[in-house]
Amino acid sequence: MKIITCIKQVPDSEAKVTAQNGQVSWGESPLVINPFDEYAVEAALQQRDASGATVTALCLGPDTAREALKHALAMGADEAILVSDPALETFDSQGAARLLAAAIQKIGDANLVIFGRQTLDNGAGVTAAQTARILGWPLLSFVGKIELGSVEATVERTIEEGKQTVCASLPAVMSVIQSIGEPRYPSFMGIRKASKAVIPVWTLADLGVSVPAAVVTRLQLLDPPLREAACELISGETPEAIATALVDKILAEKVL
Amino acid sequence: MKTYVYLDHFRGEVVPAAWEALGVAKSFGEAVGLVFGSGVAEIVGQAFEYGADEIIVADDAALVDFRPETYASTLSAVLAEDAPALILLPATTRTREVAAMSAIDLQSGVLTDVGALEFDGEQVSAIRPIYEGKLFEKTICAARPQFVLLRARAFPRPARVPGRSGTPRQVSAAGKALTTVAGYAASESSVSLADAGVIVAGGRGVSNAPALGLDEAATAQKGFELLGELAGLLGGAVGASRAVVDAGYIPYAHQVGQTGKVVAPDLYIAAGISGAIQHVVGIRSAKLVVAINKDAEAPIFQAARFGVVGDLFTILPALTAAFKQKLGK
Ligand SMILES: Cc1cc2nc3c(=O)[nH]c(=O)nc-3n(C[C@H](O)[C@H](O)[C@H](O)COP(=O)(O)OP(=O)(O)OC[C@H]3O[C@@H](n4cnc5c(N)ncnc54)[C@H](O)[C@@H]3O)c2cc1C
Ligand SMILES: Nc1ncnc2c1ncn2[C@@H]1O[C@H](COP(=O)(O)O)[C@@H](O)[C@H]1O
Repeated sequence: MKIITCIKQVPDSEAKVTAQNGQVSWGESPLVINPFDEYAVEAALQQRDASGATVTALCLGPDTAREALKHALAMGADEAILVSDPALETFDSQGAARLLAAAIQKIGDANLVIFGRQTLDNGAGVTAAQTARILGWPLLSFVGKIELGSVEATVERTIEEGKQTVCASLPAVMSVIQSIGEPRYPSFMGIRKASKAVIPVWTLADLGVSVPAAVVTRLQLLDPPLREAACELISGETPEAIATALVDKILAEKVL
Repeated sequence: MKTYVYLDHFRGEVVPAAWEALGVAKSFGEAVGLVFGSGVAEIVGQAFEYGADEIIVADDAALVDFRPETYASTLSAVLAEDAPALILLPATTRTREVAAMSAIDLQSGVLTDVGALEFDGEQVSAIRPIYEGKLFEKTICAARPQFVLLRARAFPRPARVPGRSGTPRQVSAAGKALTTVAGYAASESSVSLADAGVIVAGGRGVSNAPALGLDEAATAQKGFELLGELAGLLGGAVGASRAVVDAGYIPYAHQVGQTGKVVAPDLYIAAGISGAIQHVVGIRSAKLVVAINKDAEAPIFQAARFGVVGDLFTILPALTAAFKQKLGK
């Protein structure tokens, strides 16, 4: 069994992100593996622990993104591949999906490709579906539980209206959610192994593709709307008095 | 402009945000509703009443369970034939997949979770959150059609005109499904968080009431009962922080925040939630946030308009009683 997990590098979720001269800035905050993609790595490692698969972490990004791949290696992934090319200044989700699909095909023989639910920076949550479409493989999305057979997968997925059990034959593309289980911490041995690992870099020429034209463009960065008023604390002698005062305040806002 | 609107539904139940999308399309000119599924005549009727000028329907046994491949292929065939400039979809787990796949077929792009649109008579640009809502971007898709996923509750729902009707155009289903739906268990709450007008949410504080003399799990069950009573009274849904989801006190579907749902209710009541950044990013679009927390220093108060420093186990029942009285229920 060969499992690939697609991971991206993003600014840490604690970072204060602001617009500086039309560019996104996260100050001194570190870049980390996309938190949603830690679940993808965890899901792959759980399958490996259960049935002995090899796990390859795949990332499309600049050279700094090696650090995110090292995190996946330290968690226990067997190998990591970075797709990077100076010609790749900007790409949108469909471009990313085309490049990831090309890399998945070049890796070859994958039975399963696991994605995170969405990225923290762009947050579109469409890349897994787009990659599945390009590969022509089934898509199992928002997956919280995986039962992997040798030729098919059965999963439990969460949608707005409840839970579904869905089956598909392999190879397949999945996106996973937090119900998969807490991502494991990198072990000491894992960190040592990762620090020595050689991560191959594949360029567009290696993949045999050209830069996919971006069709989505950002026109402008905007600050989030300001919250007007500070918090007004409601106090009173008894819970009943507090509750009555609070209900009056809420009703006076006329939101209900 | 003639705008296409994908009317997403689950087993014949149209998501409310689909009507909101139809209203947006009408504000740009004519609205063409798309209804895919099996046995969907009722939806067609509703769509005309909500203002659709035309309807394209694929009613086919092959579309009985939503599977992204067939729905996307059917959509791509319609869009390739009619070549509209814009298709609006309510943002749900399903439309994310349909739009993503169809955009690949038509070499176009998807703008997701859009909360505002600007229309200059020809081109639509979309405002959407990035970096967990810490910033927003104004963005366009140069290819056609532009696929735009609209966030629930960001746009008004159009009025329904009973008796308004029309004749839908039939198209056939296309593509081949690659998955099989083997089972389904409905979620216990009938209101989806994204569509809820009121959300009463609980955090780890719901498992903390030493006076009850119960263990944490049993305490949390009591706590969520209190939340449920208030939510029920206000016709809302129950939300949760990740801490209580991780502890197994409530299913993941209730989780609000970065790894859960981003919500936009009119009223969000956070009880026993500390207000970690990953939780707060999920409630930025709430109109009114009320926090109940024992700790006056809890960061949730910085995200709230009104706050009560106190024990949720005494405040919540009093609040439910006070609402009952004031609303005459
Ligand atoms: C990558 C990542 C993603 C995350 N995603 C999410 C997410 O999507 N959603 C989310 O919620 N969290 C998320 N978190 C977790 C988040 O950081 C917090 O750990 C979590 O929100 C804390 O939950 P809590 O507020 O319920 O618990 P706590 O932080 O433990 O707070 C409990 C609060 O309850 C109060 N309290 C206790 N007893 C009572 C009482 N009887 N009455 C009133 N108040 C009481 C306490 O004063 C305290 O403020 C994420 C974290 C990471 C790292
Ligand atoms: N540059 C990238 N490199 C590798 N995987 C990616 C990249 N961008 C997105 N992904 C994967 O696609 C998922 C969804 O991303 P998105 O559609 O941008 O929200 C992420 O959780 C990752 O698993």
